[in-house]
Amino acid sequence: MDLSVINPLLFIAGFLVAATPLIFAAMGELVVEKSGVLNLGVEGMMITGAICGFAVAVETGSPLLGFVAAAIGGALLSLLFAFLTQITLANQVASGLALTLFGLGISALLGQSYVGVKPPRLGDINFGPLTDIPVIGPILFTHDIILYLGIALVAATWAVLKFTRAGLILRAVGESHDAAHALGYKVVRIRTMAIMFGGACAGIGGAYISLIRVPQWTEGMTAGVGWIALALVVFASWKPWRLLLGAYLFGGITQLQLNLQGAGVAIPVEYLAMSPYVITIVVLVILSRDKSAAPASLGRNFHASS
Amino acid sequence: MTDTKPFLALSGLTKAYPGVVANSDVSLSIAPGEVHALLGENGAGKSTLVKMIYGLVKPDSGQMQMNGAPFAPSEPRAARAAGVGMVFQHFSLFDALSVAENIALGMENAPKMGALSQQIRDVSDIYGLPLSPDRVVGDLSAGERQRVEIIRCLLQEPKLLIMDEPTSVLTPQEVEILFKTLRKLSAEGTAILYISHKLEEIRSLCDSATILRLGKVVGECTPAETSARDMAEMMVGTVLQTPTRAGKTPGDVVLDLKNLSAKSPSAFGMPLRDISVQVRRGEILGIGGVAGNGQDELLAALSGETLSAQGMVSFQGRDVGLLGPTPRRSMGILTAPEERLGHAAAPDMSLTENAMLTGAEREGLDKGGMLNWPAARRFAEKIIADFDVRTPGPGNAARSLSGGNLQKFVIGREVLQRPDLLVVNQPTWGVDASAAASIRQALLDLAENGTALIVISQDLDELMEISDRFAALNEGRLSEPRSAQGLTVDEIGLMMGGAHGMEVAHV
Amino acid sequence: MIRLEKRPEPSRAVSLATPVLAVLATMFFGGLLFMILGKPPIQSILTIFWEPLFGEFAFYYRPQLLIKGAPLVLIAIGLSLGFKAGIWNIGAEGQYIMGALFGAGLGLAFYPLDAWYIFPLMVLAGAFGGWLWAMIPAFLKVRFGTNEILVSLMLVYVAEQFLASMSLGLLKNPEGFGFPGSRNLQQYDAAFNAELIEGSGMHWGVVAALIAVIFAYVLLTKHRLGFAIRVTGEAPRAAKFSGVNPMRLILFCMGMSGLLAGLAGMFEVAGPAGQVTIDFNVGYGFTAIIVAFLGRLHPIGILLAGGLMALTYIGGDIAQSNLGLPAAAIQVFQGMLLFFLLALDMFTNYRLRFGRSAEAV
Repeated sequence: MDLSVINPLLFIAGFLVAATPLIFAAMGELVVEKSGVLNLGVEGMMITGAICGFAVAVETGSPLLGFVAAAIGGALLSLLFAFLTQITLANQVASGLALTLFGLGISALLGQSYVGVKPPRLGDINFGPLTDIPVIGPILFTHDIILYLGIALVAATWAVLKFTRAGLILRAVGESHDAAHALGYKVVRIRTMAIMFGGACAGIGGAYISLIRVPQWTEGMTAGVGWIALALVVFASWKPWRLLLGAYLFGGITQLQLNLQGAGVAIPVEYLAMSPYVITIVVLVILSRDKSAAPASLGRNFHASS
Repeated sequence: MTDTKPFLALSGLTKAYPGVVANSDVSLSIAPGEVHALLGENGAGKSTLVKMIYGLVKPDSGQMQMNGAPFAPSEPRAARAAGVGMVFQHFSLFDALSVAENIALGMENAPKMGALSQQIRDVSDIYGLPLSPDRVVGDLSAGERQRVEIIRCLLQEPKLLIMDEPTSVLTPQEVEILFKTLRKLSAEGTAILYISHKLEEIRSLCDSATILRLGKVVGECTPAETSARDMAEMMVGTVLQTPTRAGKTPGDVVLDLKNLSAKSPSAFGMPLRDISVQVRRGEILGIGGVAGNGQDELLAALSGETLSAQGMVSFQGRDVGLLGPTPRRSMGILTAPEERLGHAAAPDMSLTENAMLTGAEREGLDKGGMLNWPAARRFAEKIIADFDVRTPGPGNAARSLSGGNLQKFVIGREVLQRPDLLVVNQPTWGVDASAAASIRQALLDLAENGTALIVISQDLDELMEISDRFAALNEGRLSEPRSAQGLTVDEIGLMMGGAHGMEVAHV
Repeated sequence: MIRLEKRPEPSRAVSLATPVLAVLATMFFGGLLFMILGKPPIQSILTIFWEPLFGEFAFYYRPQLLIKGAPLVLIAIGLSLGFKAGIWNIGAEGQYIMGALFGAGLGLAFYPLDAWYIFPLMVLAGAFGGWLWAMIPAFLKVRFGTNEILVSLMLVYVAEQFLASMSLGLLKNPEGFGFPGSRNLQQYDAAFNAELIEGSGMHWGVVAALIAVIFAYVLLTKHRLGFAIRVTGEAPRAAKFSGVNPMRLILFCMGMSGLLAGLAGMFEVAGPAGQVTIDFNVGYGFTAIIVAFLGRLHPIGILLAGGLMALTYIGGDIAQSNLGLPAAAIQVFQGMLLFFLLALDMFTNYRLRFGRSAEAV
């Protein structure tokens, strides 16, 4: 065992990368849940985004176009969920599971010819002299644009939810769809838009894994990140900045266990690999006492009967 | 009433739902500054009518005119823009949001939060409705919540204000303050459409009244010049029977509550605080109070849905605070909660299954865990027959019954199980007058035969009619019970907590 | 103008018809999908649904139907109890793995002893393993209110890592020339879950599945506990009011589904699979979710749905080798089925109204 092989600077830079897919997926889900909808299909939308992004990036040679395609792919898949839960009023838990099962299948189908292919690389942003600042430079200024977009997404979501009328309406719909309807807000339309936003975010998160973090395509490569993202929303009590913190925490744990595996620590690889999941459970237990922050209509279907 | 030209005129409005015509050829008109009552029983079509005016429901036929021009709001937004404001009975506030946020949601062009908060303070000063813009609505009392709705409307400077059963959540003192506000608005030229089934209120407040029955206009009158009895008969269509009761002497103590305290199971619920009271055989204890002051929690603590510490609840001398609903039921404590669909009955299940729901122990429907469905069906049929429940049969789903019929089923299910203690919450809420009378009679008969009863209700007339003693819940505390005979409305109001924080208001 | 209108009460006829309609819709759109993939649509569908039952090699495939169907039915029966009550155990795959590990582990611990009691003990151990794994989310939910969906799902990943560790470590075959995987239980008579009738595919797991179906049927229709499960799913507050203890119900439903999933895993590893390997689990725990819904959470329905789903697995395999249909296409096909089912389910409680509402009266 040789812990000295872990370079602290690379470790921190690495966990910022590990956290980014989580930030996107969880941020999208946070908005969806704020509108009162529980979409358990995050994993399915992520993996679909991962393959859509990967395929388009490989075919066009442009990783950025790949991310656009990933967002579209995720949003399209989420539209299926929106149809089931908003139009046909199907159970949200079952529909979310269906989305995940379907997404895993469709991504495997789409990805057949991409196994083993190397995607084009998305270069880091050139910050010029900033990169040369000791310690801070290598940690903060050696990343691609999507990573910074993730942080911007957190800030933007926070601001929109807190300060704008659109955010207020979204929260109101999630709080009581009957009251919102009585005031004349279009509950189904607002929720559908939130679901599509969540799908697009999850898609980008998935593509970040297949295009940047790994980067290659394998079936089922999201390996539960979508589910951890769901847990993260609970962890964050539906608050954007807490969500960012949580994503870094999980990113850190993932990166740490990978580094420990590399350093040949005496713990078997499998036990290190299960640690993020175990820690997710532990965190859920600690934080599940307080559910008061959850949107009151979460998971309930709305039908304007009269 | 300075202007005789109507502000709003409805003519021939008709709206049908599958199986029921909610409004049929309804016409009425309201002048600026007029306080117009819309009177009718539950289910008479009052709500549908105002929903059409507010743009929530589109009429099948008929026209509306505002100031002589056609008026057909496609959505509430359009109605609000045209100067219509509505104070809802239920479902229009967001518990987790602040007062200011709630108000902003009901406005078309809400100003910035800071400016809005100032406006809220101004309006609440002018109309004597104290309210802090930063408080979370879920923590407010029912009366305060109503103020949020009223202020939300007033900020839009409406020309027509619709009030749907506004006083059902207020103490008598709070009602007086509300009426002062409404009279002031009326004097300023705002037309008010006031929906209620409380006749005395309408007589003291309204300039004119339209009476609806089964979706049709059955009469118009000037309330101040019409007796309450005449209005009631127009509303109900038949001469009402008042329940009969014989005098009796209460027997042994059945239920003994000592300093009962319990947390509320729901986030914005009201905890019970230090409740002590005894109920005797053959006695009806009526419990009044504004909704949300611990009624649901008290019923849950008695039914066994929430458990309480040792020594707080004893029944026939036995401590039952730690027993769940099943053992309590076996002992003879039966309850009927307020919420019929989803609490007292499972909506999508058949009446047979719903009979099984609480009848399993006392009716012997459960033999060592195996259920006797044919016997449950017979029990359901007996309830249907004895309580005149209108339904094709026990195989029908609970949700297919009308509110009144389901309520008869729910009350009948408990009454037929020969309870020693029966606790009912809002036994006649949303039930038509004749069904209500028969439910009250069943409760009185039960008391006659020696059952101890607790009747929780927001209908003070009902409580005065059937209770031996009366107490009120206020913020989870129960007032000292007093003999119901000779209690005045003022005394009851004070027991209910008077005007919540209204002393500071200067109207 | 088309509107949705709530029925006065749920329609039984529609409830029975939706699974059939969903299967037909899936066949149609699945055929379209296969066509897009450049495969003959009608022939593909026939290969999947007809070939295993009545084709040339049906004698080989029919027993496979029982072998693949049994674990699906066993798991789905357990899941359906919880789903009916609104308790969402999504981690059956993990419980399946743990059942297999406990069962196989116990059997291998006795190796090479030959005694009649080894197999029954393995059955108990398998059931215990699955139960234990399901009790983790159940206990956390009851004690701390933790979301059982997320916890049971996280435990699938933990179980998969545990499986990897076991098949590479503790349970690795000492005589396996360094290959990962345990001894083959098919070659250890005392622990082998053999066919009860030669060539029929009938093994103890199939028997267990049938018993589970009957047990669930009696429980749900005749027993107080089954009634409690149904009421809790329909109206949780009414259930609590009637005296159901929701905590105990969670422990029962989660425990039962874990137990049955564990049994399924144990029968599989000791029989058809034979060996603990890194990837011995093939997703039955997830497919069983589809089976449970397709069977309308009803025991008899689940029996039929399990058979149908097993058919798509076997038919999918045939289509893969005969027509080159990708395995993932079958996965999509199964997912589609669940979608159509959920979408059509609406008509149980709602009906479509055409035209203006006035004409509807």
